[in-house]
Amino acid sequence: MMTEQRAAPGQGDPDSREDVLTVDGVTARLGGREVLHDVRFTIGPGEFVGLIGSNGAGKTTLMRVILGLLPPAAGQVRVSQGGIGYVPQKIQLDPDMPLRARDLVGLGLDGHRLGIPLPSRSRRKLVDEMLGAVDAGHIADVRVGHLSGGEQQRVLIAHALISRPGLLLLDEPLASLDIASEQEVVALLARIAREQRIAVLISAHEMNPLLPVMDRIVYLAAGRAASGPTDEVVRGEVLSELYGHHVDVIHVHGRVLVVAGRGDGLDIPIERAAPAAS
Amino acid sequence: MNRVLTAIVEPGFFGSAPVHVALLAGGVAAVVSGVVGTFMVMRGQSYAGHALADISVTGGSGSFLIGISPLWGFAGTSVAAAGIMDLIGVRRPRGRDLATGIVRGAGLGLGALFLYWDTTHTSTTGATVTILFGSMFTIDSSVIPVVAAFGLAAVGIVAALYRPLLLSSASSDLAVVRGVRVRTTGALCLVAIALAVSLSALTIGAVLSTALLVGPAATALRLTARPALVMLWSALTGLAATWLGILLAFDSYYWPPERQGWPVSFFVVALVLIFYLLAQACPAGRAGKPGRGVGRCSPRS
Repeated sequence: MMTEQRAAPGQGDPDSREDVLTVDGVTARLGGREVLHDVRFTIGPGEFVGLIGSNGAGKTTLMRVILGLLPPAAGQVRVSQGGIGYVPQKIQLDPDMPLRARDLVGLGLDGHRLGIPLPSRSRRKLVDEMLGAVDAGHIADVRVGHLSGGEQQRVLIAHALISRPGLLLLDEPLASLDIASEQEVVALLARIAREQRIAVLISAHEMNPLLPVMDRIVYLAAGRAASGPTDEVVRGEVLSELYGHHVDVIHVHGRVLVVAGRGDGLDIPIERAAPAAS
Repeated sequence: MNRVLTAIVEPGFFGSAPVHVALLAGGVAAVVSGVVGTFMVMRGQSYAGHALADISVTGGSGSFLIGISPLWGFAGTSVAAAGIMDLIGVRRPRGRDLATGIVRGAGLGLGALFLYWDTTHTSTTGATVTILFGSMFTIDSSVIPVVAAFGLAAVGIVAALYRPLLLSSASSDLAVVRGVRVRTTGALCLVAIALAVSLSALTIGAVLSTALLVGPAATALRLTARPALVMLWSALTGLAATWLGILLAFDSYYWPPERQGWPVSFFVVALVLIFYLLAQACPAGRAGKPGRGVGRCSPRS
């Protein structure tokens, strides 16, 4: 199961590059049902990778396996270079919870440490810088429970980034956002990946918002994955093989539509029709 | 001036040995409950706290039968129950509330039996009131070192786990990814709650004990958005309610009905409620943008 060393053509020289993440033949089961089957891909430093699939394709399960929250039934996950920063979709927080944006970001640095932290100028400076980097400096003293979806997203990104991870993992960060904040968050993430050389793995059920910034794609369907440069993976033959039935990929004005069927029945864009796809 | 003072503080207050013990034990219980209660409220574990308080009745009433301080009984049963609740919580997360309720019911039933024996077989007629509603002026001074030790242990746990508890209160997934051992952290927090509950049970009674954990913490949450300051305000609110309560109870010996005195626990719990209501009435928008929870006295949006 350790054969595919050159399966992932990222940018740069393949010999000198040390992968930030290696997912090697991961199979995962939830309650006896196989949710992921022999998933394998790698991510190199600073790469921006989209994990695309409809609801129920296994994106969240794969994220949980990578994070170590769920042990895989087979295969393994290797993470190098400073560990993983994680941005959950949304955290449910009581508005009264006394946790300001700056507190949550600070806990990304030392949340696992014991004792009450003494006020420290360098820690405060680091937190302020991080909040500034995600354009959240103005909400530093607002309780996290009072933030809007987009604001909370940026604070969670700062929380994940402050420990300088090699890989940033985001679970459906665009799901709860309106189109304007969606583009903002995508641009912000692309900037961070570029400037700080942090690899980004971002899950989404819609690939279009990510097309301009994505280096590579990991496409999940029915628990199986195909990975590579976007235009090599998002092709009719590849996705048909993955889904196990005929699928067309249609390009319209720089956007991509994945459509099931041969036009003789009811054609449904797969990305919008979760239950029909799986 | 002196006459005003004696009108507020009845003569003999500072010279009375039971008052000294009450101020000391009550003060420790209030500070510990204020600090630990902050995390109990933030983690949404109030129901677990109430269950621990109810179960501590069993130990408190049992300790009267064998002639030891009720504090040992309160602490013994509530810490043991915390352990059982943690075990149940791991195996069946969904059944936790149900199982907690069943353990709580069984514990209270046993407590009822012990209280019956307390009042019939032995001659401790005041046992029921002491255990359920507390009586701070009858605390034995020999128990003070135990009160201090339990208090230090509870505050020590919460202070050591301050950051892991805060992060796992926000999101357990984030805490795990950050390397927090969420399970151990949660179990130790429950032990701290059990210890705080037993201290409060000694001073204001098992039934009322969670009032000192919930009330001051809920009050402090209104006053500041800084997590460390919430603990401080909560402890100070509890301390003020307890000491003022002791003073008023002492004064009430001279109120009608003559020479009876009102129960301390009544005053403490009434003051906790008054402080909470005052905090609710805190003017909105005094600092920062209204509705955004900036600074102090933030409105609930």
